[in-house]
Amino acid sequence: MNFDFSEDQKLVQKTARDYLAEHSPLGVCRRVLEGKELYDATLWKGVAEMGWLGAAIPEEYGGAGLGHLELVLIAEEIGRALAPIPFSSSVYLASEALLLAGSEDQKKKHLPRLASGELIATLALAEGAGDPDLASLETRLEGGRLSGRKLPVVDGDVAGAALVLARDGKGHSLVWVDLGGSGVSRSSLDSLDPSRSQAEIVFAGAPAEVVGKSGEGARLVERLLDRAAVLMAFEQLGGAQRALEITREYAMGRYAFGRPIASFQGLKHRFAELYCAIELARSNAYYGAWALSHGNDELSLAACGARISACKAFELAGEEMIQIHGGVGYTWEYDCHLFYRRSKLLSLALGSPSDWREKLVCRLEARDAA
Amino acid sequence: MDFNDTPEEAAYRAKARAWLEAHATPLDPNDTGKDPLSEREDDRTIQAAKDWQAKKFDAGWACITWPKEYGGQGGTTMQNVIFNQEQAKFDLPPNIYTIGHGMLGPTIMTHGTKEQKEKYVKRMARGEEIWCQLFSEPAAGSDLAGLRSLAVRDGSDWVLNGQKIWSTGAHFSRFGMIVVRTDPNAGKHAGLTYFIVDMETKGIDIRPIKQINGGSGFNEVFFTDVRIPDSNRLGAEGDGWRVALTTLMNERVAIGAGAAATGFKTLMKLARESRRGGRPAIEDSAVRQRLADFWVTQQGLKYTGFRTLSALSQGKVPGPEGSIGKAVGAPMAQQIAAFAVELQGPLGATRDKSHTLHEALWQNSWLGSPGIRIAGGTDEILKNIIAERVLRLPPEIRVDKDLPFRDIPTGPASK
Repeated sequence: MNFDFSEDQKLVQKTARDYLAEHSPLGVCRRVLEGKELYDATLWKGVAEMGWLGAAIPEEYGGAGLGHLELVLIAEEIGRALAPIPFSSSVYLASEALLLAGSEDQKKKHLPRLASGELIATLALAEGAGDPDLASLETRLEGGRLSGRKLPVVDGDVAGAALVLARDGKGHSLVWVDLGGSGVSRSSLDSLDPSRSQAEIVFAGAPAEVVGKSGEGARLVERLLDRAAVLMAFEQLGGAQRALEITREYAMGRYAFGRPIASFQGLKHRFAELYCAIELARSNAYYGAWALSHGNDELSLAACGARISACKAFELAGEEMIQIHGGVGYTWEYDCHLFYRRSKLLSLALGSPSDWREKLVCRLEARDAA
Repeated sequence: MDFNDTPEEAAYRAKARAWLEAHATPLDPNDTGKDPLSEREDDRTIQAAKDWQAKKFDAGWACITWPKEYGGQGGTTMQNVIFNQEQAKFDLPPNIYTIGHGMLGPTIMTHGTKEQKEKYVKRMARGEEIWCQLFSEPAAGSDLAGLRSLAVRDGSDWVLNGQKIWSTGAHFSRFGMIVVRTDPNAGKHAGLTYFIVDMETKGIDIRPIKQINGGSGFNEVFFTDVRIPDSNRLGAEGDGWRVALTTLMNERVAIGAGAAATGFKTLMKLARESRRGGRPAIEDSAVRQRLADFWVTQQGLKYTGFRTLSALSQGKVPGPEGSIGKAVGAPMAQQIAAFAVELQGPLGATRDKSHTLHEALWQNSWLGSPGIRIAGGTDEILKNIIAERVLRLPPEIRVDKDLPFRDIPTGPASK
C-alpha cells in the first residue's frame, strides 16, 4: 500500500503553491470581490500558461497530459489561494465532460481552446430554488434547439460555452451550447461570493449539440458530478487548510487576559476539532483521487465521501475563522469573509451536501442489495 | 498512490490467509457480530485465547514485528497489519494480549536490561502469561504523572504501598508493569520509577470494578508492603516518566492500528429492520442523513489509518497525529449507539435479548461507549494533544511545574 502522492506530484503542487503565492495573494480575490471584474483575467492567463487548465487533458488535445493525481494537487492550491477564476467550471466540469463523453470531433474542437484558456465553459443544471431534480427539468431540446432557463450557473456570465442538461424526448441529454450565439441571453446574479460570478441564462431556440448519447444525459451528468466532486474536494481542502493556518497565526498573536488567546482550552479544542474535520476530509479526498485516477467502480461511493467531508471541513473552517478572530473577523477589512463566502459557494455548486448524503445512502443500499 | 498490495504484500497475505483457513473458522459475513464491548473473560475463554496464541507462536505468526531472538518474526509493520486484517475475518477468542504485545513488550525491549529481555520477552510472545498495565490511580488519570503510590528502597528491594485503578485484565495477569513515585521531594515527573511486578507477590489485592454496563473488565489493585526486587526496575531510578512515555506511545500505535471501520453494515441492517411512520426507518430522510454522516466519518478514519500505514511503511515514526482516530472515533461510537437505540423506539430502552433488535447489541454498545471516550486518553486530553503537539498551540498554564511533588496543591478528593 502506498497512500501518498509521488515526489513528482508533490513537486507539481509546490510549483503551484509558489506561483499562486506570488500571483494570487488574497488581495487578488478581494479585488474581484469588490470590483466590477467578474474574474481575474490576468491570473487566468497565467494559470493557462502554467498548463494547469489542461493538466488532465491528453497532449493530443492540447493538454499537458499529466493525470488526475496532478490535477487534484493543483486544485488544492487553487483553493488555498481562493483564486478568483472559473477554474472549477472550465476544468472539473466542462473539460471532464468532454473527456468522459465527447466525440472525437468535439474533443478536437473544444479541448485545445479549454486547455489554453481561450475558451471558458461551464455546466448548467439548476433551474431555480432547490437541488436540481431531473423529474422536473423544464429546459427542452427539440430539433437541435434548446429552450428554457437555467439559474444559477456558476461562471455562466464569463463562459463562452455551457454544457446544459435538458429534457430530450423521454430522456435527458447533455448538450453543448455556444453562449455567444443566437437564442441565448444571460444576466449576472448577485453572488454570495462575488469573487466567483453566477448568472441566469435563458435559452430561446439556441443551437445545441448533444455530448454523449442522446437520452443518456442524466447518467452522464451523474458520473461527471462524481469526478468533479473529487476535484472540488481538493479545492475545498486547500481553502480549509489555509483558513486554519491564518486563524492559528492570529490566535497566537492576539492577547487577552494577559496571554495569547490560542492558549485557552476553549479555543484549543475548537482548533483540534477543525483539524480533525480537515484531516478526515483529506483522507476521504485522497481515496477519491485514487478511485478517480484508477477509473474504478469505487468512485461512486468515494466521490460522496470526498464531497460530504470536504463541504463540512471548509464550511466549519469558514465559520470558526470568523468566530475565533472575534469582532475583527466580522469586518469587511479582514479576509475571514472571503473564506466564509467561498466555502458556501463551493458547498452548493455541485448540489448541496444534503443532496449528496441522500445520493450516498441510495448507493449504499444498492451495494448492500447486490 | 496505490491501495493495492505490492506483489510481496499480496504473497504474504495469501500465505497468512492459507494458514488461517487451515486453523480457524471464518466469520459468517451475515452475522451482526459479537458485542464488541462484552467481557468474555471466563477461564475457558482465556485458555482458548492462550491456545490460539501458542498455535500462532509455533507456526511463526506471533509478534510479527518483534526481533526473532525475542520470539518475533523480524517482520515489517505492513506484514503485521496484513496478518491482523486477515485474522479479523475469522471467529477467534478475544485478544487478551493487546497490552502486553502492543505496549509492554516494546517497552522492555527499549529500556530493559539483557537479563530482563531474555527472562520476559520471549515468554510474553508465546502468551503463556498475560501482562497488565498498572498506571492510573484514583487521583491520577489524565494527569498520570500526579500518581502517588510510593516505593521506598529497602536493601536490594523496594517496598511499595498504594493503589492503582483501571487495570485491564489484572485479575488474570501473571505480571504487571507499574509506574510509582520513588522521590516525593523531586519534581512531579522526576520522582517516578518504572518496575515489572509479579502479580502473585504477597500484599497485592485485586478487586474488580463493576462498570455501568454491568461488566468488570477493569480492576482496582491495592499494594500493601509489596516487595519488588531492584532487578525488576526498568530504566534508571527517577526515569520512570520517560519509560512510561514509551508505553504510551506504543498504546497510540496499538489503538490506531486496530481502529477499523466496522459495524456500518449492521447499522444499515438495523435501519431496514426498524420502523418509523409505518415504513422501514431507512426510508426516513432524517435517518438517511445521519447514516450518511456516520459512513463518511468512518471512511475518513479508515483512510486516515491508511495514511498512517503508508507513513509507517516508508519508515516514518507515528506522531501525535494518531490521536485523531480516538478523538473522532470514540465520541462517534457513542453517537452511533445512541442513534441505533433510538431507531428501535420505546423498545430501544429495553435490554432484553429476545425482543430488542440484534440481541441488545446496540443497548450494550450504548452502555459501553462512555468508557471508550475516557479510557486511554479522554476526548479532552486527545484534543489537547492535537492542539499542543500537532498545531503547536501554547500549552496549558501549569501551576505544578516548579514545585517538589509534595507541595503541589491537591483538592479535597485526593486527601
